[in-house]
Amino acid sequence: MTVTPLSSSVSPQLTAVEVRPDKLGRFGRFGGKYVPETLMPALTELEEAFYTYRNEAEFQAELNGLLKDYVGRANPLYFAERLTDYYARPDGSGPQIYLKREDLNHTGAHKINNALGQVLLAKRMGKKRIIAETGAGQHGVATATVCARFGIDCVIYMGVHDMERQALNVFRMRLMGATVQPVSAGTGTLKDATSEAIRDWVTNVENTHYILGSVAGPHPYPMIVREFHAIIGQETRAQCQEKWGGLPDILLACVGGGSNAMGLFHEFINEPSVRMIGIEASGEGISTGKHAATLTAGRVGVLHGAMSFLLQDSDGQVIEPHSISAGLDYPGVGPEHSYLKEIGRADYYGVTDQEALDAFQLLSQREGIIPALETAHAFAYLEKLCPQLEANPRIVINCSGRGDKDVQTVAKVLKFDA
Amino acid sequence: MGKSVSAQFQTLQDRQGCALIPFITAGDPDLSTTAEALRALDRAGADLIELGVPYSDPLADGPVIQAAATRALERGVTLDAVLALITEIAPELSAPIVLFTYYNPILNRGIEQFLHDIHRAGVRGLVVPDLPLEEMDVLLKPAAEIGIEVTLLVAPTTPKERIVAIAQQCQGFIYLVSVTGVTGMRQQIGNRVQDLLQELRSVTDKPIGVGFGVSSPEQATQLKTWGADGVIVGSAFVKRLAPGGDTVGGIAEVENFCQQLRTALN
Repeated sequence: MTVTPLSSSVSPQLTAVEVRPDKLGRFGRFGGKYVPETLMPALTELEEAFYTYRNEAEFQAELNGLLKDYVGRANPLYFAERLTDYYARPDGSGPQIYLKREDLNHTGAHKINNALGQVLLAKRMGKKRIIAETGAGQHGVATATVCARFGIDCVIYMGVHDMERQALNVFRMRLMGATVQPVSAGTGTLKDATSEAIRDWVTNVENTHYILGSVAGPHPYPMIVREFHAIIGQETRAQCQEKWGGLPDILLACVGGGSNAMGLFHEFINEPSVRMIGIEASGEGISTGKHAATLTAGRVGVLHGAMSFLLQDSDGQVIEPHSISAGLDYPGVGPEHSYLKEIGRADYYGVTDQEALDAFQLLSQREGIIPALETAHAFAYLEKLCPQLEANPRIVINCSGRGDKDVQTVAKVLKFDA
Repeated sequence: MGKSVSAQFQTLQDRQGCALIPFITAGDPDLSTTAEALRALDRAGADLIELGVPYSDPLADGPVIQAAATRALERGVTLDAVLALITEIAPELSAPIVLFTYYNPILNRGIEQFLHDIHRAGVRGLVVPDLPLEEMDVLLKPAAEIGIEVTLLVAPTTPKERIVAIAQQCQGFIYLVSVTGVTGMRQQIGNRVQDLLQELRSVTDKPIGVGFGVSSPEQATQLKTWGADGVIVGSAFVKRLAPGGDTVGGIAEVENFCQQLRTALN
């Protein structure tokens, strides 16, 4: 049985917030700033702005006001009764499944939490132009949204392959006035879009802020993005307290770069009784080589400014990943996840495209909630997790995004008549 | 083994010359063309040659060098193949070879192993565009022990106190990035470069090479007039070697262009 949390053996010194990251932006041996010299002053400026404003009353008031009235927070912690029934043992006992409903946020995913926080920072730093990368388009939509809200020029880099499979989100971004810049390099997916966004930033750094959309990239991004998503875990704690007067037993979230997972995990890292599980995309299966399971099958390397686990070949060239989900189709992973894996505080597993598709349908049919394909990966792991559990542990799944954007892709794969 | 990077600059400085430093991407369009191009550049008066190791995610490079790297990787060019090429050609060249590589291939091989391997192949200098000062410690000391000079970059956005710290750590020469941006040909070199050169000169005696965006003999002359100790020209060479034309024409054009730059710097 794997019920016992591995976390109980992790020294509190390794999980103290002061070392996540340390002053150099490192989480253990992960993280850091591996970027061209041109960007180094901008990273310092961003870090200083973050520390200056994040606890400032006016900034807090503006951010919290918008999170409430514009994003629609707090979103619910929902007890998924029929999903719980589905995984119940014959005697009716079994894990109790709750969904943190980030899919109910304005724009349909957790991504808006970070986009909003960063645009408020950018405004205070006097930046006139915003750029971002996007894979599934959710971060691109969130960024286009906040730029429309504040009247700031916005350019979104998106791989041509992703533009095709997430056409709805491309339209949404353009509708809100953003320029969507197609990236055809590589496989035309998230990695390539991120590289191109960084090149734009190197060129326009003096008037441009780069809203990186995951807990990846050079310091201070992994920390800043986590902090703006930490509200997910903070609300979850309060809602658990309210519902049953305790902590959750297990947290479950999908991991591409890892922002929704970090947002949920961060609040609970120093609660040793809370087990944390991140789910990566195994694509067509690890053994086929067509996957995006960085923490499962990668080696330590440097991509997009951070040291972390990385899918790379024997020569240190980055391998093009594969996932049916555009948002998980990334060869790297946020450095803090690499750290949590290495110190044994969180576990990471993979589920395949097919398993995610099955979960996509199961959640739709049993709860009337159509999840994003990324999110469906987290749900898919219930198939493996639930049979291993004893008693009635409370599982909180980050329902990180809704699946409207994916229905065409799924209809095509399942050969539904559209 | 030939001259070190700093010895080459010293020789030039003794006769008040300005170093011509062409850059080409190894393996584009293929390794045998790279070998011919290295010989041609050496014949045409290059003082140092920067050789780029193709990498899958070259963040500091513009479209020309990015495309060259992609083509080289598609042809299966590996670090070992690049080092074998250098081992074969370097003894024929009077210009020391400076290797330009992103950090991940170094990390992948292991820093010490990498340094040993490139040193044995005949490389004398190293530029790692995504390894800034803060992350450089792991490389500088072992490189110095092995005899590889590591060049650090200074950008137009680098603040004064940071310039001082970079200049102190730098070996061989300081690479002044002339534009806020990625590599690639620009029509003009901004006057700001003159100020940057003066600022850098005021804090260091080490040689200063200027690169990113330099693509014509006129620009090279301008930089020399402004006090550069070396001029790095990349995309303009890489473009001349790119597939599309016939390779012999490419080599001849590279040699001719290199001679023009040489003349401009004399």
